[in-house]
Formats: sequence, structure tokens, C-alpha cells
Amino acid sequence: MATNMTPSPLDVSPIFGRFTLESLPLHEPIVVGTFCVVAMGGLALLATLTYFKLWAYLWKEWFTSVDHKKIGVMYVILGIVMLLRGFSDAIMMRAQQVMAFHGSEGYLNPHHYDQIFTAHGVIMIFFVAMPLVTGLMNYVVPLQIGARDVSFPFLNNFSFWMTAGGAIIVMMSLFVGEFAQTGWLAMPPLSGISYSPGVGVDYYIWSLQIAGVGTLLSGVNLICTIVKMRAPGMTMMKMPIFCWTSLCTNILIVAAFPVLTAVLALLSLDRYAGTAFFTNTLGGNPMMYVNLIWIWGHPEVYILILPAFGVFSEVVSTFSGKRLFGYTSMVYATAVITLLAYVVWLHHFFTMGSGASVNSFFGITTMVISIPTGAKIFNWLFTMYRGRVRFELPMMWAIAFMFTFTIGGMTGVLLAVPPADFVLHNSLFLVAHFHNVIIGGVVFGMFAGINYWFPKAFGFKLDPFWGKVSFWTWVSGFYFAFMPLYVLGLMGVTRRLRTFDDPSLQIWFEIAAFGAFLIAIGIAALLMQIYVSIRDRNTARLRDTTGDPWNGRTLEWATSSPPPDYNFAFTPVVHDGEAWADMKQRGFVRPTEGFKPIHMPRNTGAGLIIAGFSVGFGVGMIWYVWWLAAICFVGMLGAAIGHTFNYKRDYHIPVDEVIETEGRRTRQLAAGAVA
Amino acid sequence: MSAATVTDTTGSPAGEDRDIFLLIDEHDHPEGASTMLGFWIYLMSDCLIFAMLFATYGVLGTSYAGGPGPKQLFELPLVALNTSMLLLSSITYGFAMLAMTDGKQRATQAWLAVTGLFGLAFLCIEMYEFTGLIREGHGPWSSAFLSSFFTLVGTHGLHVTFGLVWLVTLMVQVQWKGLIPANRRRLMCLSLFWHFLDVIWIGVFTFVYLMGMLR
Repeated sequence: MATNMTPSPLDVSPIFGRFTLESLPLHEPIVVGTFCVVAMGGLALLATLTYFKLWAYLWKEWFTSVDHKKIGVMYVILGIVMLLRGFSDAIMMRAQQVMAFHGSEGYLNPHHYDQIFTAHGVIMIFFVAMPLVTGLMNYVVPLQIGARDVSFPFLNNFSFWMTAGGAIIVMMSLFVGEFAQTGWLAMPPLSGISYSPGVGVDYYIWSLQIAGVGTLLSGVNLICTIVKMRAPGMTMMKMPIFCWTSLCTNILIVAAFPVLTAVLALLSLDRYAGTAFFTNTLGGNPMMYVNLIWIWGHPEVYILILPAFGVFSEVVSTFSGKRLFGYTSMVYATAVITLLAYVVWLHHFFTMGSGASVNSFFGITTMVISIPTGAKIFNWLFTMYRGRVRFELPMMWAIAFMFTFTIGGMTGVLLAVPPADFVLHNSLFLVAHFHNVIIGGVVFGMFAGINYWFPKAFGFKLDPFWGKVSFWTWVSGFYFAFMPLYVLGLMGVTRRLRTFDDPSLQIWFEIAAFGAFLIAIGIAALLMQIYVSIRDRNTARLRDTTGDPWNGRTLEWATSSPPPDYNFAFTPVVHDGEAWADMKQRGFVRPTEGFKPIHMPRNTGAGLIIAGFSVGFGVGMIWYVWWLAAICFVGMLGAAIGHTFNYKRDYHIPVDEVIETEGRRTRQLAAGAVA
Repeated sequence: MSAATVTDTTGSPAGEDRDIFLLIDEHDHPEGASTMLGFWIYLMSDCLIFAMLFATYGVLGTSYAGGPGPKQLFELPLVALNTSMLLLSSITYGFAMLAMTDGKQRATQAWLAVTGLFGLAFLCIEMYEFTGLIREGHGPWSSAFLSSFFTLVGTHGLHVTFGLVWLVTLMVQVQWKGLIPANRRRLMCLSLFWHFLDVIWIGVFTFVYLMGMLR
């Protein structure tokens, strides 16, 4: 029994756990090189912050802020930083696969390569797509519903730091120890302790568990915000579509992430306590893990895509200068997708052998999802029809999305046919399909959203020239990178291969690698776009003095850019689904006096402190450093309880401050009108 | 200021007057107005975790791996005693809430203390059951059935433990600040949590213990 309880034969030191100097990947020159670059970059950043005395500012104005706008911006920054890491993994895989022909082993050993494809998937889904989506929802939803913050501002800050904590743990695995070599869903028995005895899977588990707490709480928070905090007059069917898709996404989050938490907890018990949930022995059942994780995993893809659909709805309507076509059908399509998201999970493993009737059921439900999605595409097209379409950057991304996503949707329906899936399962065809919908849908959607709302958040537009460079290289790069994978998949090439025997395949990998190179230029152009925009922020070309640079239709454009801390000096009263368009049309005049003090939540560092202890707890658990885990657990609990003893959580912005802020806006608007 | 754009209407959607675009005379929103809804949603997510554990038990509950099954392992009288402890604690929590509604701080505290003691008794009996099973060599690592049994029942016990920590914290806070609105709201949340754990336990008692004996 005692031997059963000790899950690993490794020697565990009471002080360092299973950490030894050999845990540092000093034998991997690529990792050591990366570490040097990251360490130097990090030190330079820390030195700059210290030199310009920015620490106090960051702590007071950002890290401890409960302002949904600042938290939203921090999420987006986290997403973009992690995109660089996730993309580095991608381009390394493309380079490996293009080299590993004619008997060459490529430049990555199996241990390293397997970590890279696992880390790529985990990072792109959990630490790029999720933060970008959550960040946009956080920033935009309260503004669109005319609220001053979210329902639970402290929880919002805490959620962000838990997400960031998960990202820190993943990044740590690059330099200390190893990451999982199991693929992004860590299927047992491979991820069990007998086949993955190292720290890799434990890094995977704890980073996702810690980030998952943040995601779940932010889901609860945004549901309450949307249900309880809409401006007077804004009935559910007068909400902007982005709020609807956010609501459905957050319902999906609350109804799906607990499943992930539970299944990862069971996997941890197998690994730490020697239980037999997913083992091949003692009555365990590995396929149960596959079922459970996909019950979370399929809703997860809709968690990502629904907000993107919301962004496109806002963008297409604004840049066509028209009311969105088929608002009601859009709402119902979103709701139907939300429900169907739960009854399709088995299509991820038709090959399990659950029989013809079960497979048919899940095949049909999967195909049915294309109906509401198709309805959405037609709604966007009809919104553009006879509109005055302005081809600004957000609109360009929206159009690229409609083309690309339609292709991805069609290959998805193809994969939903069980007999076809038996041939294409785990092939590069599948890899091409899900990149087609996630890049073509979620990533393009996030770029549309970032370009659309950036002037709202910072008071100046993003530079269109570099934006277009980024757009064209990204879009063409996507087609070069993934269309060859469809071909390869149809020829029977499976995913996650490190070397190849058939030299005739190489040309397709060369085209794909060229595509990845184009995307690299696209990412560089994105960074350049941000840099140039910040440099030229005060030019008339980019500066937004009106608060409404795109002639928008929803409430976020009714306030200044960037909005004041309190969002709206007076809470708006809504009469129409497009509240701001309605206000503009009916001759709304902005009041310049009669301001009152405004009731707001107070900043707190508790979220960061609890999340910090959580990271320490995770690290202790990963390395079997039990004392660290115990101390951090107590710290976590203590900090959380300590926070509940703080009863002073709100304050009033004094009326003088409101008058001053609004006066500045009045002068800015007047100056803009003269110019 | 244009009179047409501003109003002193408070709250009601001004459908009658299409030209009112702003609330001029707004009152502070009561703190924690969404707390109950938020806590309910959290509880439902927690309920899903239990749903997963029940489903896991449903799949693995007969995978004895050649070892003993529920009939050989469970002692119903002990479980009945344990169940009564938890059910009684729910009743006494109800009394605490009644006292709170009447504004009686000392009675509230007393009933909370009784609730805590019943909860503690529940946990002790559960620990006794668990250690007994483990001592006889039927720990969670013995079979998939025992893994899922210990995890489902243990997760419930862990929730009760956190409930107890929370209860003690709230008692300190009630002593410190009295039955102020913030504390009443917190007591309401813990009340929901506590009764929720009761409901889960009824599921455990029925599906794991009673139906286990019928196998």
C-alpha cells in the first residue's frame, strides 16, 4: 500500500522536492538561448521600469485596479505577449517538419518536439485566445450596457491575476523542468504517472487549474453584470449583439469549466494519490477522461468563437452604416449554438467505437450547428447589402473572416460525417480544419475587435498602413500555411509527426512553412502598428477627440476616448437597440453641468496577493516541495479571509473631480468641432 | 444644459418620454445587489463538479477490481448517524437565519455555533469511516470503485470543511460588526452553501450508500 501511495520512483528531497540541477534544461542549446534572450529582455524591462520610477504607478493604477477597462487592457496585453510565445512554438514545428525528410532528424529531438506541440496548443487556447476574448468582453460589455463597472470588481481583478498566474507557470516550464509531452488535452494513460513520470503533466495540470479559477469567476461576474447592471430601458432584446454573445459565452464558461476542473482533479488524484480513474489497471477507464474533457472542450470552442461573432456583428453594422440585419435571428442563433455546444462532444472521437447510432446522433447534431452559424453569415451579408461599406481595418478583418470561416465550416461538416471521420481522424486535415476556424474566426475576430475598440481605449486609432501590412500577410499567410495541410491530411498524414519517409510530401510542408513565415511578418507588422500608433498618437491622423471615431451605434461611443474612470457622468436611458445611434439621430445634447459625486469601487491588492500564493502553491505541488505548497495554501486562505475583513470597498469620486474631467471633455469636443 | 436631455426620473425606463437620455438624479446602488445571483451561479457551477463526480461514480462504481463492493464495506447505521448530523445542522442553520431576521445577534451566534458543532461531528464520523476503510486495506488506490467513492464523498467533506472555516470567520465578523447588511448578506450566502451541501449529501446517501447496499 505504501508503495502505491508514492507515485514516483524519483528521490524526493524534503527541501527541494524533486528539483535538482539536472532539472534545468542546460543540455538544450535552443532553450538556453531562449532563456538568455528572455532573461536579458526581462532585466531590461525591469531596469526601465525602475529607472522611470514606474513601479508605484503600475501598482496603484494597474495591478491593484478594479476598473474593468484597465483589467480588460491587461488581459489583452497578456494575450498578445503569450501569442509571441505560442507562435514561436508554431514556427519551430513548421521548421522541424520541413527539414525532417530524406533521413534527416530535423533539429528538435523527440522530447523537445513533443513539448512544443503540447505547449503550442495549451498556450494558444488558454493564454492567447481566452485572455483576448475575456479582455475584450471585460472592456466593452460594461460600456455597452451603460454601467460603471462589473458586478464584482474585486473578483475581476483576482480573475485576471489567476489567469496571469497560470501563464507564469506555463512559462516557467520552459526553463525549469519540462512541459507535458502529451498533446494539449493530456489524454491518459499517456498522461498518467507510469508513462509521464516527470513534472511536465503536473505543470499542465496546475497552470490550467489556476487559470481556470480565474476564467470561471470572470464568467460568473460577467453574467451578473449583463443580467443586473444594464442601463434603464435596455431590455434584453435591446442589448447590443456583442453583449448577447458575451452573455452566452459566459454561460458556457460557467457550465463547462467546472467539468475541466473536475476532470483535471481526477487526473491529479491518479498522479498524486495513486487512484485508478483513468488507469489501465484496477478497473480504471481512460476513455472516460476523453469523454469528460471533450464535454468541456467542445463548449470551449464556442466560448472562443461567440464573442468573435459579436465583434463582427458590431463591426459590420458600424462600417455598413446600417442597423444589423436580423437582430432577433442573430440572438436566437447565438442561443441555439450555446445549447448545441453541449450535445456534440463525441464527434471528437467517433473512432472510440460507440456504435452506429451514437455516432449518427453526434454527427447530426454537429451538422445542425452549421444552420444557426450559416444564418449569422447571411445576416452579416445582408447588413452589408446596400450599406455604405467603409473598408477600414476592422471591416477588412470581418470580410476575411467571412471567406475563411465559411471554408472552415464546410470542412467541419465534412468531418462531422462519421465514416469520413474514421479516415480523417487525427490527420493533418483535422489540424487544418480547426486552425481554419480558430484563426479565421477567433484570431481575425480579435484583430477586428482590437482595431475597432483601440481608439476607445486609448484615444487614438491604430495606424492603418501597418495594420494593412499585418492584415494581408496574416490572411495570405494563413492560406499558405494551412491549405497544404488539408491536402496532406487527405493523403493520410497524421498530426504530431516529427519525421517523414515519403519525400513527395516535402513540397507541401515547404509551402506551409512559407505561410508561417508570412504570418511571422504579420505579427511583426502588428507590433510595428502598435509602435507607430503610439509614436504618432497626437497627430490629427490618429487622434480621436470625439469619442466616436467610427460613427458608432452603441453606448460605448457615447463617452470620451478613453472613457473616464466612471464611464458615464450620468447613466444613459435607452430607448432603442442601437442606443447611441438613436441619441445622435434624435439630437441628444451632452449636459455640461449638474454633475454629482459618483459611487465607485475601491482598488485592492488582495487579488494579486492571493493569486501570487496560488502560483507558489502550484509550483510546490508540481515539484513535490510540500512545505512550499503548505505555506502557500495557508497564505492563500489567510489572504482570502483577511480580505473579507475589509469592509471599506467603495468611495465617491468627488464632484469637483467629475466637473474637472467633464470640463476637459467639453473643451476637447469644442476644439475638435473648430478643427 | 438642455432641459430636454436631462431628467430626474429615477430608474423607470422612460418609455413615455423618448427624449430623456440620461438619469440625472441617480442614487447610489446598494452594495452587493448582484451578490445573491452571483452566488447562485457559483453554486450551480459547483453542482456541476459534483455532477461529474456522480457520473464518474456511475461509470466506475462497479469496477471492484476483484476487491470488495459496497455491501461488504458500508455500515449503514454509521452513515445514518452521519446523515442525521448534517440534516440537523441544516435545521439549526435555518434557526440562525430566523434569529438574524429578527435582529437577535446572540441567538444567531448561538445557532451558528450549534450548526458548526453538528458539521464538525459529521466530519469526524466521516473521518472515522475513511480511516477504518483505509486501515482495512480498502483505500482509494485499491480499485476504481473505491477511487470514485472516496473522491465523491471526500469532495463533499472538503466542502463541509471549507464551510466550517467560513462559518467561524462569519461568527467573528458578526461579533465584530454586528448584523450589518454586509454580514447578513454573507450569512445568506453561507446559508445557501450549507443547504446546497445537504442536497448533495442526500444524493450521496441515496445513490452511493442505499443503492450500493442493493447491488
